[in-house]
Amino acid sequence: MIVRISTVGQYRLPDADAARLNELDNGAVAAVDAGDEQRFADLFAQMIALVEADGEALADDDLHGSDVILPPPDTTFAEARAEFSGDGLIPD
Amino acid sequence: MAGLAGRMSTVVKAKVSKLLDRAEDPAETLEYSYQKQIEMLQNVKKGIADVVTSKKRLQLQSQKLEQQVVKLDTQARQALAAGNEELARTALERKQLAQTELQSLDPQVAELEGQQASMIENEKKLRSKIDAFRTKKEVIKAQYSAAEAQVRISEAATGVGEEMADVGLAMQRAVDKTENMRARAAAVEELEKAGAFEDITQLGSGADDIDRQLAELTSASGVDSELSKMKAELGSGGPQPAIEEGKA
Repeated sequence: MIVRISTVGQYRLPDADAARLNELDNGAVAAVDAGDEQRFADLFAQMIALVEADGEALADDDLHGSDVILPPPDTTFAEARAEFSGDGLIPD
Repeated sequence: MAGLAGRMSTVVKAKVSKLLDRAEDPAETLEYSYQKQIEMLQNVKKGIADVVTSKKRLQLQSQKLEQQVVKLDTQARQALAAGNEELARTALERKQLAQTELQSLDPQVAELEGQQASMIENEKKLRSKIDAFRTKKEVIKAQYSAAEAQVRISEAATGVGEEMADVGLAMQRAVDKTENMRARAAAVEELEKAGAFEDITQLGSGADDIDRQLAELTSASGVDSELSKMKAELGSGGPQPAIEEGKA
Protein backbone atom coordinates (compact mmCIF):
# COMPACT_ATOMS: atom_id res chain seq x y z
CA MET A 1 0.00 0.00 0.00
CA ILE A 2 1.39 3.40 -0.99
CA VAL A 3 0.53 6.26 1.33
CA ARG A 4 1.30 9.89 0.74
CA ILE A 5 1.58 12.39 3.56
CA SER A 6 0.66 15.59 1.75
CA THR A 7 3.47 18.13 1.41
CA VAL A 8 5.94 15.53 2.73
CA GLY A 9 6.16 12.55 0.38
CA GLN A 10 5.18 8.94 -0.34
CA TYR A 11 5.75 5.82 1.73
CA ARG A 12 5.33 2.10 1.05
CA LEU A 13 3.41 0.61 3.97
CA PRO A 14 2.65 -3.03 4.87
CA ASP A 15 -0.99 -3.76 3.97
CA ALA A 16 -1.50 -4.85 7.56
CA ASP A 17 -1.27 -1.21 8.65
CA ALA A 18 -4.35 -0.26 6.63
CA ALA A 19 -6.81 -1.33 9.33
CA ARG A 20 -4.98 0.59 12.06
CA LEU A 21 -4.70 3.67 9.86
CA ASN A 22 -8.40 3.48 9.02
CA GLU A 23 -9.29 3.14 12.68
CA LEU A 24 -7.24 6.24 13.57
CA ASP A 25 -8.73 8.12 10.64
CA ASN A 26 -12.28 7.34 11.73
CA GLY A 27 -11.38 8.39 15.26
CA ALA A 28 -9.94 11.67 13.98
CA VAL A 29 -13.11 12.36 11.99
CA ALA A 30 -15.27 11.60 15.03
CA ALA A 31 -13.13 13.99 17.11
CA VAL A 32 -13.62 16.73 14.51
CA ASP A 33 -17.38 16.09 14.49
CA ALA A 34 -17.43 16.28 18.29
CA GLY A 35 -15.41 19.51 18.25
CA ASP A 36 -12.67 17.85 20.33
CA GLU A 37 -9.55 19.64 19.13
CA GLN A 38 -7.13 17.94 21.52
CA ARG A 39 -8.32 14.47 20.57
CA PHE A 40 -8.10 15.30 16.87
CA ALA A 41 -4.52 16.59 17.24
CA ASP A 42 -3.57 13.48 19.17
CA LEU A 43 -5.09 10.95 16.72
CA PHE A 44 -3.88 12.79 13.64
CA ALA A 45 -0.33 12.90 15.02
CA GLN A 46 -0.58 9.12 15.59
CA MET A 47 -1.59 8.59 11.94
CA ILE A 48 1.42 10.57 10.70
CA ALA A 49 3.73 8.79 13.16
CA LEU A 50 2.45 5.36 12.06
CA VAL A 51 3.20 6.07 8.39
CA GLU A 52 6.62 7.51 9.13
CA ALA A 53 7.59 4.67 11.46
CA ASP A 54 6.30 1.68 9.46
CA GLY A 55 6.63 3.11 5.98
CA GLU A 56 9.58 3.07 3.64
CA ALA A 57 10.04 6.39 1.83
CA LEU A 58 9.76 6.15 -1.97
CA ALA A 59 12.57 7.50 -4.14
CA ASP A 60 12.18 10.96 -5.65
CA ASP A 61 12.01 9.55 -9.18
CA ASP A 62 9.30 7.02 -8.35
CA LEU A 63 6.19 7.76 -10.40
CA HIS A 64 3.60 5.77 -8.44
CA GLY A 65 0.15 7.06 -7.67
CA SER A 66 -0.90 6.72 -4.01
CA ASP A 67 -3.58 4.42 -2.60
CA VAL A 68 -4.19 6.77 0.30
CA ILE A 69 -3.35 10.43 0.77
CA LEU A 70 -3.16 11.94 4.24
CA PRO A 71 -3.60 15.67 4.84
CA PRO A 72 -0.45 17.71 5.58
CA PRO A 73 1.11 17.11 9.04
CA ASP A 74 0.51 20.75 9.99
CA THR A 75 -3.23 20.51 9.26
CA THR A 76 -5.08 22.60 11.82
CA PHE A 77 -8.33 21.70 13.52
CA ALA A 78 -10.08 24.45 11.53
CA GLU A 79 -8.73 23.02 8.27
CA ALA A 80 -9.79 19.50 9.19
CA ARG A 81 -13.23 20.87 9.91
CA ALA A 82 -13.36 22.59 6.53
CA GLU A 83 -12.51 19.23 4.93
CA PHE A 84 -16.06 18.03 5.66
CA SER A 85 -17.80 21.01 4.18
CA GLY A 86 -16.78 23.39 1.44
CA ASP A 87 -13.79 22.87 -0.79
CA GLY A 88 -11.53 20.69 1.29
CA LEU A 89 -7.79 21.22 1.52
CA ILE A 90 -7.22 21.70 -2.18
CA PRO A 91 -9.78 24.08 -3.60
CA ASP A 92 -9.89 24.44 -7.40
CA MET B 1 -11.11 4.55 3.33
CA ALA B 2 -13.46 7.35 4.26
CA GLY B 3 -12.67 10.31 6.47
CA LEU B 4 -9.76 12.69 6.23
CA ALA B 5 -7.50 10.46 4.17
CA GLY B 6 -10.32 9.36 1.89
CA ARG B 7 -11.46 12.88 1.24
CA MET B 8 -7.93 14.03 0.60
CA SER B 9 -7.29 11.14 -1.82
CA THR B 10 -10.49 11.86 -3.72
CA VAL B 11 -9.75 15.56 -4.06
CA VAL B 12 -6.19 15.00 -5.30
CA LYS B 13 -7.18 12.25 -7.74
CA ALA B 14 -10.00 14.37 -9.15
CA LYS B 15 -7.57 17.21 -9.64
CA VAL B 16 -5.04 15.00 -11.41
CA SER B 17 -7.53 13.40 -13.77
CA LYS B 18 -8.99 16.78 -14.61
CA LEU B 19 -5.49 17.87 -15.56
CA LEU B 20 -4.90 14.82 -17.77
CA ASP B 21 -8.30 14.58 -19.40
CA ARG B 22 -7.67 17.65 -21.50
CA ALA B 23 -5.74 15.79 -24.16
CA GLU B 24 -7.10 12.73 -26.02
CA ASP B 25 -4.16 11.43 -27.99
CA PRO B 26 -1.67 9.54 -25.74
CA ALA B 27 1.35 11.32 -27.19
CA GLU B 28 -0.43 14.61 -26.70
CA THR B 29 -1.29 13.68 -23.10
CA LEU B 30 2.38 12.99 -22.44
CA GLU B 31 3.50 16.29 -23.88
CA TYR B 32 0.74 18.22 -22.17
CA SER B 33 1.52 16.67 -18.83
CA TYR B 34 5.25 17.30 -19.28
CA GLN B 35 4.64 20.91 -20.19
CA LYS B 36 2.49 21.34 -17.07
CA GLN B 37 5.27 19.86 -14.97
CA ILE B 38 7.79 22.34 -16.31
CA GLU B 39 5.35 25.19 -15.57
CA MET B 40 4.89 23.89 -12.05
CA LEU B 41 8.64 23.73 -11.52
CA GLN B 42 8.89 27.38 -12.55
CA ASN B 43 6.17 28.25 -10.04
CA VAL B 44 8.06 26.44 -7.31
CA LYS B 45 11.20 28.41 -8.12
CA LYS B 46 9.25 31.64 -8.04
CA GLY B 47 7.69 30.59 -4.71
CA ILE B 48 11.16 29.98 -3.24
CA ALA B 49 12.30 33.41 -4.44
CA ASP B 50 9.26 34.99 -2.76
CA VAL B 51 10.00 33.28 0.54
CA VAL B 52 13.64 34.40 0.36
CA THR B 53 12.52 37.99 -0.32
CA SER B 54 10.14 37.96 2.64
CA LYS B 55 12.84 36.53 4.86
CA LYS B 56 15.35 39.20 3.82
CA ARG B 57 12.79 41.90 4.42
CA LEU B 58 12.11 40.68 7.94
CA GLN B 59 15.83 40.30 8.63
CA LEU B 60 16.45 43.86 7.48
CA GLN B 61 13.73 45.10 9.79
CA SER B 62 15.23 43.12 12.65
CA GLN B 63 18.59 44.79 12.09
CA LYS B 64 17.03 48.24 11.95
CA LEU B 65 15.09 47.63 15.12
CA GLU B 66 18.22 46.38 16.89
CA GLN B 67 19.99 49.61 15.97
CA GLN B 68 17.03 51.66 17.13
CA VAL B 69 16.95 49.88 20.48
CA VAL B 70 20.61 50.81 21.08
CA LYS B 71 20.08 54.37 19.87
CA LEU B 72 16.94 54.97 21.91
CA ASP B 73 18.62 53.60 24.99
CA THR B 74 21.49 56.04 24.54
CA GLN B 75 19.07 58.88 23.98
CA ALA B 76 17.08 58.04 27.09
CA ARG B 77 20.30 58.25 29.12
CA GLN B 78 21.16 61.57 27.50
CA ALA B 79 17.72 62.99 28.19
CA LEU B 80 17.87 61.85 31.79
CA ALA B 81 21.35 63.27 32.25
CA ALA B 82 19.99 66.54 30.89
CA GLY B 83 17.26 66.40 33.51
CA ASN B 84 14.38 65.87 31.09
CA GLU B 85 12.61 62.86 32.53
CA GLU B 86 9.61 63.23 30.22
CA LEU B 87 11.77 62.80 27.13
CA ALA B 88 13.69 59.96 28.69
CA ARG B 89 10.35 58.25 29.25
CA THR B 90 9.34 58.76 25.62
CA ALA B 91 12.61 57.30 24.41
CA LEU B 92 12.21 54.29 26.71
CA GLU B 93 8.64 53.78 25.52
CA ARG B 94 9.83 53.65 21.94
CA LYS B 95 12.64 51.34 22.92
CA GLN B 96 10.17 48.93 24.50
CA LEU B 97 7.95 49.00 21.44
CA ALA B 98 10.95 48.28 19.21
CA GLN B 99 12.01 45.42 21.50
CA THR B 100 8.55 43.87 21.42
CA GLU B 101 8.52 43.99 17.61
CA LEU B 102 12.01 42.55 17.52
CA GLN B 103 10.97 39.57 19.62
CA SER B 104 8.01 38.85 17.38
CA LEU B 105 10.15 38.97 14.22
CA ASP B 106 12.71 36.37 15.31
CA PRO B 107 10.44 33.30 15.27
CA GLN B 108 8.96 34.46 11.97
CA VAL B 109 12.36 34.63 10.34
CA ALA B 110 13.01 31.10 11.66
CA GLU B 111 9.71 29.87 10.21
CA LEU B 112 10.50 31.33 6.80
CA GLU B 113 13.89 29.65 7.00
CA GLY B 114 12.12 26.31 7.50
CA GLN B 115 9.74 26.96 4.63
CA GLN B 116 12.57 27.85 2.33
CA ALA B 117 14.32 24.56 3.16
CA SER B 118 11.20 22.46 2.59
CA MET B 119 10.40 24.19 -0.68
CA ILE B 120 13.93 23.59 -1.94
CA GLU B 121 13.48 19.93 -0.97
CA ASN B 122 10.15 19.84 -2.84
CA GLU B 123 11.69 21.40 -5.90
CA LYS B 124 14.41 18.75 -5.90
CA LYS B 125 11.82 15.97 -5.61
CA LEU B 126 9.66 17.38 -8.37
CA ARG B 127 12.68 17.82 -10.62
CA SER B 128 13.68 14.15 -10.17
CA LYS B 129 10.13 13.07 -10.97
CA ILE B 130 9.99 15.25 -14.05
CA ASP B 131 13.31 13.83 -15.24
CA ALA B 132 12.03 10.30 -14.72
CA PHE B 133 8.82 11.19 -16.52
CA ARG B 134 10.67 12.68 -19.47
CA THR B 135 12.71 9.49 -19.90
CA LYS B 136 9.65 7.31 -19.53
CA LYS B 137 7.64 9.41 -21.96
CA GLU B 138 10.25 8.98 -24.70
CA VAL B 139 10.37 5.22 -24.16
CA ILE B 140 6.58 4.98 -24.33
CA LYS B 141 6.45 7.08 -27.48
CA ALA B 142 9.10 4.92 -29.16
CA GLN B 143 7.30 1.68 -28.31
CA TYR B 144 3.90 3.12 -28.77
CA SER B 145 1.36 0.41 -29.47
CA ALA B 146 -2.17 1.26 -28.57
CA ALA B 147 -3.64 -0.02 -25.33
CA GLU B 148 -0.47 -1.07 -23.56
CA ALA B 149 1.05 2.38 -23.92
CA GLN B 150 -2.14 4.01 -22.69
CA VAL B 151 -1.90 2.13 -19.40
CA ARG B 152 1.74 3.07 -18.90
CA ILE B 153 1.00 6.66 -19.74
CA SER B 154 -1.69 6.89 -17.14
CA GLU B 155 0.54 5.25 -14.51
CA ALA B 156 3.42 7.64 -15.07
CA ALA B 157 1.22 10.66 -15.60
CA THR B 158 -0.89 9.95 -12.51
CA GLY B 159 2.19 9.49 -10.36
CA VAL B 160 3.84 12.68 -11.47
CA GLY B 161 0.49 14.50 -11.59
CA GLU B 162 -0.12 13.59 -7.97
CA GLU B 163 3.32 14.89 -7.08
CA MET B 164 2.55 18.13 -8.90
CA ALA B 165 -0.73 18.56 -7.04
CA ASP B 166 1.10 17.89 -3.79
CA VAL B 167 3.94 20.31 -4.48
CA GLY B 168 1.25 22.80 -5.47
CA LEU B 169 -0.42 22.32 -2.09
CA ALA B 170 2.88 22.67 -0.22
CA MET B 171 3.56 25.89 -2.12
CA GLN B 172 0.09 27.21 -1.45
CA ARG B 173 0.50 26.63 2.27
CA ALA B 174 3.94 28.19 2.33
CA VAL B 175 2.70 31.21 0.38
CA ASP B 176 -0.31 31.63 2.71
CA LYS B 177 2.01 31.68 5.70
CA THR B 178 4.39 34.02 3.93
CA GLU B 179 1.48 36.38 3.23
CA ASN B 180 0.85 36.68 6.97
CA MET B 181 4.48 37.51 7.54
CA ARG B 182 4.49 40.02 4.72
CA ALA B 183 1.51 41.72 6.31
CA ARG B 184 3.42 41.69 9.58
CA ALA B 185 6.50 43.20 7.88
CA ALA B 186 4.30 45.86 6.30
CA ALA B 187 2.77 46.69 9.68
CA VAL B 188 6.22 47.09 11.22
CA GLU B 189 7.20 49.33 8.31
CA GLU B 190 4.12 51.46 8.89
CA LEU B 191 5.07 51.88 12.53
CA GLU B 192 8.57 52.73 11.44
CA LYS B 193 7.30 55.35 8.98
CA ALA B 194 5.07 56.82 11.65
CA GLY B 195 8.21 57.31 13.68
CA ALA B 196 7.33 54.79 16.36
CA PHE B 197 10.91 53.52 16.69
CA GLU B 198 12.67 56.51 15.20
CA ASP B 199 15.82 58.02 16.45
CA ILE B 200 14.12 60.81 18.33
CA THR B 201 16.68 63.43 17.36
CA GLN B 202 16.11 62.86 13.65
CA LEU B 203 13.87 65.56 12.26
CA GLY B 204 11.74 64.60 9.31
CA SER B 205 8.44 65.79 7.93
CA GLY B 206 6.63 63.60 10.46
CA ALA B 207 8.66 64.78 13.43
CA ASP B 208 6.48 65.72 16.35
CA ASP B 209 6.92 68.20 19.18
CA ILE B 210 8.77 65.71 21.31
CA ASP B 211 11.23 65.05 18.48
CA ARG B 212 11.87 68.76 18.12
CA GLN B 213 12.21 69.35 21.84
CA LEU B 214 14.72 66.60 22.18
CA ALA B 215 16.66 67.72 19.13
CA GLU B 216 16.84 71.16 20.64
CA LEU B 217 17.78 69.76 24.01
CA THR B 218 20.52 67.62 22.49
CA SER B 219 21.95 70.47 20.47
CA ALA B 220 21.46 72.80 23.42
CA SER B 221 23.39 70.45 25.69
CA GLY B 222 26.02 70.17 22.97
CA VAL B 223 26.33 73.95 23.06
CA ASP B 224 26.24 73.89 26.83
CA SER B 225 29.01 71.32 27.09
CA GLU B 226 31.12 73.26 24.64
CA LEU B 227 30.50 76.40 26.62
CA SER B 228 31.46 74.77 29.90
CA LYS B 229 34.60 73.46 28.23
CA MET B 230 35.44 76.95 27.10
CA LYS B 231 34.65 78.32 30.50
CA ALA B 232 36.97 75.80 32.07
CA GLU B 233 39.73 76.77 29.63
CA LEU B 234 39.20 80.45 30.34
CA GLY B 235 38.96 79.75 34.03
CA SER B 236 35.98 82.08 34.42
CA GLY B 237 32.43 81.30 35.61
CA GLY B 238 30.10 83.65 33.72
CA PRO B 239 26.30 83.68 33.83
CA GLN B 240 23.94 80.96 32.41
CA PRO B 241 24.30 80.49 28.64
CA ALA B 242 22.13 82.92 26.69
CA ILE B 243 21.14 80.21 24.21
CA GLU B 244 18.13 79.20 26.35
CA GLU B 245 16.41 82.46 25.49
CA GLY B 246 16.00 81.55 21.83
CA LYS B 247 13.69 78.58 22.59
CA ALA B 248 9.98 78.36 22.04
